[in-house]
Amino acid sequence: MSNENYILEVKHLCQSFTTGRGKKRMTVNAVNDVSFGIHPAETFGLVGESGCGKTTTGRSIIRLYDPTSGQVFFDGQEITGPMTREKRKFLTSNIAMIFQDPIESLNPRMTIEEIIGEGLTLRGVTDKAEVRRQVIEMLRKVGLTAEHATRYPHEFSGGQRQRIGIARAMIIKPRMIIADEPVSALDVSIQAQVINLLNDLKEEMGLTILFIAHNLSVVKYFSDRIGVMYYGKMVEIARSEDLYEHPMHPYTRALLSAIPEPNPLTERKRVRTDYVPERDHDYSVEKPSMVEIEPDHFVYCSPSEEAALRKKFGL
Amino acid sequence: MANEVNSTEAMPDDVILRVEDLRVSFRTYGGIVQAVRGVSFDLKRGETVAIVGESGSGKSVSTKTIMGILAPNAMIDSGRILYDGMDLTKIDEDHMHEIRGHRIGMVFQDPMSALNPIMKVGKQITEVLHKKGLHHEAAKRRALELMEAVGIPDVERRFNQYPFQFSGGMRQRIVIAIALAGDPEILICDEPTTALDVTVQAKILELINRIREERHLSVIFITHDLGVVANMADRVNIMYAGRIVETGTAEEIFFEPAHPYTWALLSSMPDLQTKDRLMAIPGTPPNMIYPPTGDAFAPRNQYALKIDTEKEPPFFRLSDTHLAATWLLHPKAPKIEMPQQLQDRIKRMKEAAKNVQ
Repeated sequence: MSNENYILEVKHLCQSFTTGRGKKRMTVNAVNDVSFGIHPAETFGLVGESGCGKTTTGRSIIRLYDPTSGQVFFDGQEITGPMTREKRKFLTSNIAMIFQDPIESLNPRMTIEEIIGEGLTLRGVTDKAEVRRQVIEMLRKVGLTAEHATRYPHEFSGGQRQRIGIARAMIIKPRMIIADEPVSALDVSIQAQVINLLNDLKEEMGLTILFIAHNLSVVKYFSDRIGVMYYGKMVEIARSEDLYEHPMHPYTRALLSAIPEPNPLTERKRVRTDYVPERDHDYSVEKPSMVEIEPDHFVYCSPSEEAALRKKFGL
Repeated sequence: MANEVNSTEAMPDDVILRVEDLRVSFRTYGGIVQAVRGVSFDLKRGETVAIVGESGSGKSVSTKTIMGILAPNAMIDSGRILYDGMDLTKIDEDHMHEIRGHRIGMVFQDPMSALNPIMKVGKQITEVLHKKGLHHEAAKRRALELMEAVGIPDVERRFNQYPFQFSGGMRQRIVIAIALAGDPEILICDEPTTALDVTVQAKILELINRIREERHLSVIFITHDLGVVANMADRVNIMYAGRIVETGTAEEIFFEPAHPYTWALLSSMPDLQTKDRLMAIPGTPPNMIYPPTGDAFAPRNQYALKIDTEKEPPFFRLSDTHLAATWLLHPKAPKIEMPQQLQDRIKRMKEAAKNVQ
């Protein structure tokens, strides 16, 4: 069953996609046996390169895809398996999603009031005045004004559209938000505004957040714990301080060494490490698994690698 | 040659390209968009100049003007681009053909749209070589050399593949190989790593740095990522609303920034040590159909003075290489320190640098 301490628990989640027919049939394991948990009111960052399965993980949790196998629990209740009316209601009223592209994710033919209020009407709020009142309250919360309610998405800038996306997710008062690259499509000067807004909402509403991004500095700033994914596998999970101070998995180290830092003196002398799985691991004899190497720090490694890491870090 | 430049105002020997008071605008249905409003900078031989700014700041338009690839609705209102005794804004398309790709190469942001999807990559490289007079076997040999030089493995097989068979990083390497095929002396890189993952980005930046040294290239590097700037640039131009607001060496821009917009850029993104609330820049960039009078950044600038909304600030000289266009540097302006958060960050950066040395 699920762990009491976690509000969201993902157990052995697998998500595969197939393409082609007959001889050309191919299966891609986008997410391969991923397990992690998120504590209430915690922000869990998920990082990795494009194609590593971080977005797929988020989408499988909220059932935009049907997971191939594995279980997901929210607040002790399973949200995977056959979809029933009750399960759908439970899922959609507790978890909401913020998407990366603020242009694609808003219906261009709906006004802002309709976009944000849709979540309420679907939940049976029939009183139009009440919907409007809540929409305006939400707009104020995300830094927009009541006049914006009657406008259409194209009248807004990228940053404002992302605020609308956030308002749409927040109006159903979810307990958890899945934010999929919420700032990467925005300009540098606007990114900080949206990050600050998400931080304020998190504090105010005690939200649990699954934050998916590839910008490691932003993830570090925003998250309490971080999971690093590589080719569909979770390779390391740790508190964000620990992950940056002593990364253990060779891929995490390569990833951290690749972040360009805004400091010309150190940056020009940086030595970068790269990660070649065939060179860095020998899994022909021993099979790797997720090991808790120190409290709250999990690494995907084989027993001999674990011993080497323990020796290196004096654990 | 067209438009010989008056010899009395010839450029110093170490300057390979000079942009002088360039103004470019676009005719649109909404009105005339003033994308570049008086940009001047020099590119010295063998150095990398970064142009940093947000989308719409005019950084790409400036370099597209250098390459002569502006959209048809663009107008060059004034200014000169001096290169090898010519003014690139005035020469005709035939002359431009001899320069574009051959003497000034360009690497674009999105490698997929820069490549022809239905032409084998090998042919896309040899196409450039044909123009240089290399044919058949000689062209193929040269193309394979170039592919090897940009770090593509298994070149014989890769030569006959199509762009879709390459990963994003490999495609960008092909684009770089095409740019190098013309054997240019100036390379313009327009956000070459924005579409790539960080680990791939690190490798592409390394590659650009290496070929720059090997081939003594002069590079104009456009980006919005200050981390990339720190890695690549010798000198940095910060652009906002069509103007350069601060210019200096990388050290000057990162350790002694003077313009409030540079302060805001430097402190608005978290680094790995940031814990405090981010200093977000309020508001959005101005609409360039109606550029504001005075300092364009003033409406978003918490340190703006009254004169900022009335009169455009001139450049104030901080050192031989460091200029900033802000009234705060005027002798009569009130003394304003850069934000505490940024001071702390610069202190941390300097300490980190000591540990490295």
